[in-house]
Amino acid sequence: MKMLFAALGAACLSLSAGLALADDRPTDPQIAHIAYTAGVIDIAAAELALSKTADDDVRAFAQSMLDDHKAVNDQALELVGKLGVTPEDNPTSQALVAAADAKRAELAALDGTAFDAAYINNEVDYHAQVLAALDGLLIPSAQNAELKSLLETGYKLFQGHQQHAEHVVEALK
Amino acid sequence: MTLRHMNRREVIAAGVLLVASADAVRAHNGTIHVKIKDLAFSPQEIEARPGEIIEWSNEDRMAHTATVRGGWEVMIPVGAKATHVVQAGDNVDYYCRLHPNMTGRIKVIG
Ligand SMILES: [Cu+2]
Repeated sequence: MKMLFAALGAACLSLSAGLALADDRPTDPQIAHIAYTAGVIDIAAAELALSKTADDDVRAFAQSMLDDHKAVNDQALELVGKLGVTPEDNPTSQALVAAADAKRAELAALDGTAFDAAYINNEVDYHAQVLAALDGLLIPSAQNAELKSLLETGYKLFQGHQQHAEHVVEALK
Repeated sequence: MTLRHMNRREVIAAGVLLVASADAVRAHNGTIHVKIKDLAFSPQEIEARPGEIIEWSNEDRMAHTATVRGGWEVMIPVGAKATHVVQAGDNVDYYCRLHPNMTGRIKVIG
């Protein structure tokens, strides 16, 4: 778990508080929970954006995040159901949620183009953090081959979203 | 993988007879199939003649596009197929606008 905090740490220093609690590599039930939580967080951010933005590019981006992460999370639920794995809450998931709640409160206080810019820039950063965690810890730690394969698809999805977000950043300039 | 999905080098390597039959399949059908699965176009590179139809079939649970920068765009909804009629000028790289890490290439021949 240390590596995940290292991967996320640059942007979320508060996460290091959880370090002492979580020394081990995550188990498959924990990995499933972390990956699912990462999707839920981006869905919540997208819902906030859809309720606030007046920009067509930002709206289309947010809708795409909502649809894609729902689809992959549904696929993840089907997989854990099939494998008989129960996703297990853990300090990493909790730290992700706490950081995301704080960020969402910050974004909710903004309006107009200030909101659009902050939302999209955070999407670039957030997707980069999840990619680092997938690559550095979650994918190498996954034991079940089907879970690993779904995480690899998730990696491509987060990478695609990050690049899409970067294009929207350019379009907003 | 069917014959018409083989790239030119593979076809040449397979011999003259196979080239002839690959061309025959093309001539009678004229549709080139590209599968989209797990955020990838397959085959990634295709050869096509002007007037032939490229048909993308999206086996993913998310929508994709085939987009040419500054050019045409085909939307390919979840579980759907979408087509583009190849034009003489379609020697292009394309990508998915929603997931720009997905890329493909069309090489116009003939
Ligand atoms: Cu796509």
